[in-house]
Amino acid sequence: MSYNINDKGYYGEFGGAYIPEMLYPNIEELRQNYLKITAEASFQEEFHELLKDYVGRPSPLYFAKRLSEKYNTKIYLKREDLNHTGAHKVNNTIGQILLAQRLGKTRIIAETGAGQHGVATATVCALMGIECVVYMGEIDIARQAPNVARMKMLGAKVVPALSGSCTLKDATNEAMRDWINNPVDTHYIVGSVVGPHPYPDMVARFQAVVSEEIKKQLIEKEGTENPDYLIACVGGGSNAAGTYYHYLDNTDVNIIAVEAAGKGIHTGESAATSVLGKEGIIHGSKTLLMQTGDGQITEPYSISAGLDYPGVGPMHANLYKTGRAEFISITDDEAMTAGLELSQLEGIIPAIETSHALAVFEHKTFKPDNIIVLNLSGRGDKDLQNYIDYFKL
Amino acid sequence: MTLKQVQGDETSKMNRINQKLKEDKKLLSIYFTAGYPSINDTVSIIQNLEKSGVDMIEIGLPFSDPLADGPTIQDSSTKALRNGMTSELLFKQLKDIRETVSIPLIIMGYFNPMLQYGVEAFCKKCQDVGIDGLIIPDLPVDVYHEEYKLTFDKYGLINVFLITPQTSDERIRFIDSVSDGFIYMVSSASTTGAKTGFGNEQSEYFERIANMNLKNPQIVGFGISNNETFTAATKQAKGAIIGSAFIKHVTNQGVDVIDTFVKTII
Repeated sequence: MSYNINDKGYYGEFGGAYIPEMLYPNIEELRQNYLKITAEASFQEEFHELLKDYVGRPSPLYFAKRLSEKYNTKIYLKREDLNHTGAHKVNNTIGQILLAQRLGKTRIIAETGAGQHGVATATVCALMGIECVVYMGEIDIARQAPNVARMKMLGAKVVPALSGSCTLKDATNEAMRDWINNPVDTHYIVGSVVGPHPYPDMVARFQAVVSEEIKKQLIEKEGTENPDYLIACVGGGSNAAGTYYHYLDNTDVNIIAVEAAGKGIHTGESAATSVLGKEGIIHGSKTLLMQTGDGQITEPYSISAGLDYPGVGPMHANLYKTGRAEFISITDDEAMTAGLELSQLEGIIPAIETSHALAVFEHKTFKPDNIIVLNLSGRGDKDLQNYIDYFKL
Repeated sequence: MTLKQVQGDETSKMNRINQKLKEDKKLLSIYFTAGYPSINDTVSIIQNLEKSGVDMIEIGLPFSDPLADGPTIQDSSTKALRNGMTSELLFKQLKDIRETVSIPLIIMGYFNPMLQYGVEAFCKKCQDVGIDGLIIPDLPVDVYHEEYKLTFDKYGLINVFLITPQTSDERIRFIDSVSDGFIYMVSSASTTGAKTGFGNEQSEYFERIANMNLKNPQIVGFGISNNETFTAATKQAKGAIIGSAFIKHVTNQGVDVIDTFVKTII
């Protein structure tokens, strides 16, 4: 049994491409070409050169000594926060912009919630000199002003999504509608392992550089490529997919996925999709999503805009359903405390998304000789105002 | 198989949509969102549309995230949901609709609400209240064919598929082969209500499809708002569907003067 995608575009029963016919030619063009193009030597060469010289890869695998002492176990942090633009998101946007160029596309669209994927997309569009339009919920534009300014400075046009609840899911709807209206010249850079096949697989493959590096780096540090545990936070789940990718079918390695419980799972203000979600279809993918009994998609809540998504990628839905991954929900308060703790123990201010993953150590006891790799998916610069407000700094 | 047997089979399968498609006229179909502008307008809108001479009705089941729709239908859907519309309520409202209405009725909606209701339960309810067909933009034809066709057939429901100017001839042939009602021809690469009027691209597209001699008649949707666009759309096609323009009409004029809208079209 494999936990990776099958040849029909499904992870177990999750995935597929539930899209209107208007999107079929775009998706079909991608499906027929993504494996072929990304396997080409010239693609691989340019992709890895940019990851090395532009993004700054490989990102370090850092042994967090003081954090390890505190929790009496061995914790390694995969430093995706040190990437150019401050998070793992850029691994995917580099890959997709190179693919878009080879498909002859001259215009890029993207959705963004907190603005991290929007910034990563605007960055690669500037790098390649391609027009860039980023859809962002009107509410998110107001609460993520620095990232809106970054995108504009990079030359992107930021379009407010005014429909529905005016947040990430609506920005995604607007990007898809744009693609329906511009089917020939435009490529849609989806920012996570969500959406219709082949997006979940394509994004996971671009993010898989993370687990590829972990294997090599862990051999150097520990003499084994297998950690006992992998830990990552999951919104849509792209940093988690990258962390798990080369270990999916290696059941010697335990997988922990961390979701945002918001103010508490059963408070009505939560984003813990594995607990609160039911099987359904969101943004063209069959997966777990938060919805009413009547099948209307509901608005999640988390203090972290990057985890504030009502669904989860189909790979993760399958990891949950099969029991391959352990899912843990972390509240706003637990995450903020863990973020402050990492700052003061290791001198690293993490993104609030990542702080959720870090809070696992208060939840679960590991053995002293366990080797744990946690994806430090993003840096906390973008969240400074949130931390300041929360801790009254 | 003799000719008589073939005709017999077709008659047994034929529902109101097939019968309507046999009429020697161009058909006008109107889309509206159930639960909009007010929660209890559903039945009176349907009755008024039939009285005004409309040939077929698409009852929109509102969805929180209507990917293929432009702002007009999005807004009406959001308001209908706020008004309290659900699948269950819609079926309740339609319970006695066949006592007063005889034209074909189609439910148009996204797949997730049907999936939550249970696809078989949904189909059964459709049959119970007298729905003739479904249009589900985000249920792909291959998934339908493999997983749901038998269920739809069991309850006598026609499933209608979309094609667009970007759909390849090969795929159009496939869609034609699995359809047994009509093909919904989306007039341009767009969401609903995004464009008005037709250009050269549409003329070429309409011509191309007409020349394919498909077994299913085609009904054109998207971009039709008045007599001019209705006439252009139905030059070759069997009929045309109006959605956003009708929603705008009821938003501005209310639900009691539907015939004034229909008179501007046909």
